[in-house]
Amino acid sequence: MPRLIKGESLIDDNWTWIEAKDAGLADLPAGNVIVPLALWLAERDTLLARGNACGVWLDSDEEAEALADDVSRLAVIGLHFPAFADGRNLSNAVLLRTRFDFTGELRALGDVARDQLSYMRRCGIDAFQIPAGRNPEHEVAGLTVMRDYYQGDVIEPRPLFRRAPRAEAG
Amino acid sequence: MYQYDQYDQQMVDDRVTHYREQTRRYLAGELEEDRFRPLRLKNGLYIQRLAPMLRVAIPYGSLSSRQLRMLAHIARHYDKGYGHFTTRQNIQFNWPLLEEVPDILADLATVQMHAIQTSGNCIRNVTADQFSGATPDEFVDARPWCELIRQWSSFHPEFDWLPRKFKIAVNGSKLDRAATMVHDIGLDARRDANGDVVFDVKVGGGLGRTPVIASVIREGLPSQHLLTYLAAVMRVYNRYGRRDNKYKARIKILVRAMSPDGFRDRVEAEWAHLKDGLETLTPDEIERVHDRFVTPGFEQLEDRPAVLTTSLADDAEFARWHAHNVHAHQQPGYASVTLSLKRTGVAPGDATDVQMDAVADWADAYGHGEVRVTHEQNLILPHVRQQDLYVLWQAATRERLATANAGTLNDLICCPGGDFCSLANAKSIPIAEAIQQRFNDLDRLYDLGPIYLNISGCMNACGHHHVGHIGILGVDKKGQEFYQISIGGDATNNAAIAQILGPSFEREQVPDVIEQIIDLYVEQRREGEHFIDCVRRTGIEPFKERIYASPDQG
Repeated sequence: MPRLIKGESLIDDNWTWIEAKDAGLADLPAGNVIVPLALWLAERDTLLARGNACGVWLDSDEEAEALADDVSRLAVIGLHFPAFADGRNLSNAVLLRTRFDFTGELRALGDVARDQLSYMRRCGIDAFQIPAGRNPEHEVAGLTVMRDYYQGDVIEPRPLFRRAPRAEAG
Repeated sequence: MYQYDQYDQQMVDDRVTHYREQTRRYLAGELEEDRFRPLRLKNGLYIQRLAPMLRVAIPYGSLSSRQLRMLAHIARHYDKGYGHFTTRQNIQFNWPLLEEVPDILADLATVQMHAIQTSGNCIRNVTADQFSGATPDEFVDARPWCELIRQWSSFHPEFDWLPRKFKIAVNGSKLDRAATMVHDIGLDARRDANGDVVFDVKVGGGLGRTPVIASVIREGLPSQHLLTYLAAVMRVYNRYGRRDNKYKARIKILVRAMSPDGFRDRVEAEWAHLKDGLETLTPDEIERVHDRFVTPGFEQLEDRPAVLTTSLADDAEFARWHAHNVHAHQQPGYASVTLSLKRTGVAPGDATDVQMDAVADWADAYGHGEVRVTHEQNLILPHVRQQDLYVLWQAATRERLATANAGTLNDLICCPGGDFCSLANAKSIPIAEAIQQRFNDLDRLYDLGPIYLNISGCMNACGHHHVGHIGILGVDKKGQEFYQISIGGDATNNAAIAQILGPSFEREQVPDVIEQIIDLYVEQRREGEHFIDCVRRTGIEPFKERIYASPDQG
């Protein structure tokens, strides 16, 4: 079964997430890989020369600023949620989309489940790698839970008050 | 009162549907306990010592009579006939069934109420001065600004999984009744030289294990920038606040670690990106939210009408109540009334369904349909015609809501404690009652003047013991309940953290110790000197000496 939600669909994943933070070049399988930030920073040129599209992932204590100059060279940026209650990478997602103008795939990794998806999506994450043990066909229902929101987000930057004809005093 | 429009209504309706679906999945075994827990908490549902507890939001403590009747209905229909008003101006129901919570939320939504973000590591209910829009010492009505913050912070995608809970308070008056100095963010709203609303922004205050007085990081923030500035603070906190230790995860620890100046620099650098962005408030939006607070149609009335002065002269008991529980109003001929929820023998902050219905009726008859909840856990009728005060007092007396103790030692703040709360180290309600029984003479209480006595059953400090003039903290010593006593705290403009007097006491000793403290105050006070000023002048040493002098204590 495909384990990647992309947009609103389940698709086959042709990327490999290199989860070990101390992974080296020798550890990389063939094909598209999402490497840890440390490896990317150390071996950027070698990775770019591999002939595949490049992906890097940020752990929740790493900062989007580290990739500020690389966004145009990356096809995928992974954001790791070590626990579902750890919201740090939501800020990284917003920064990558709104400040560093990253237009590639922003992928949630780690403890990713239904009840966080709508928040993640509104922060600009557009791909969700559902961990083993969860049914991606069920989890996908979490993408949309409300019809509208007050504040702006990455998908709709205008807050409600800038786009809705809100009623006058009644 | 703020009136919802179709978007506000849709938001709470959608949340009911969503929460109903989450509950269904949990009960069907499709959602694990540890994953449901933060979801139910974000909807105010705790699993307590005896039963679930549901905390319902009362934004900035403001209720309509219709909403209060719904709270009475919920108390009657889903609970055991009462509710508990909290120090965050919310209400808690102690006995709902987890399975029925979606129905309770659906009932609440019919009167523009909800339980959104009343717990969990997110931005909580914004609190404000209970006399907003009524008090003569007001610079700015805090409520519309609280409502703008409420809307912005509800379901915020980036700030819903913070390191820890996050509390914002807004004060718009000369006297800070919103305890802004001990909040994660405290906002002082005032008017600048041009008459425009600006905010002084304070961060990093808090109680709990590590009590801290907030630091000012921005003065005179123009009001259109309120939300972008808050977003900058929240982003710095979300990214850099500690997550390895829940006792070090509040923003106060981050502000201390970075230093207030260092923290401000981070916020300012972040804000430089957000300032003037789409979240900047527009004059239209500010006006729209103000307009949706439908102002009561105040009548042209004379101050202190004859009917009032006659009653005051004829009825000494009414006069006592009037002197302590009636607050001056902006409008001539009006007053704000404190209905005390601090009657001895009743847990502080508790009200029955019958009392709530009665208060709603009085609000309609005498008070333009408005009710407020105070962080001192009383109810307020903010807009009462002075000519109606006597008949209101008579009705309140019949419902046992006219205890004339507002602002006295007996008007104490008290958390639910070990009787209900699973976090508590010790009971707090019996301590409150024992102190109220000891100080049951109103004339003595009045002579003692304003004294804030706050009781918490554990270090989480829901009873704000750190900022009580007298604070009592329940502690656990090898399975035994003990009580630590501190003095000199203050939650208002000159905020201060109370200092611990010394070793803790057994429950039975507490009223005696409080009495010794009070006796020493009476001996030492200068003409007209309030308790807190006396403690500030003398320091805590004389009090320490007094209560630890006799060998059978300590």
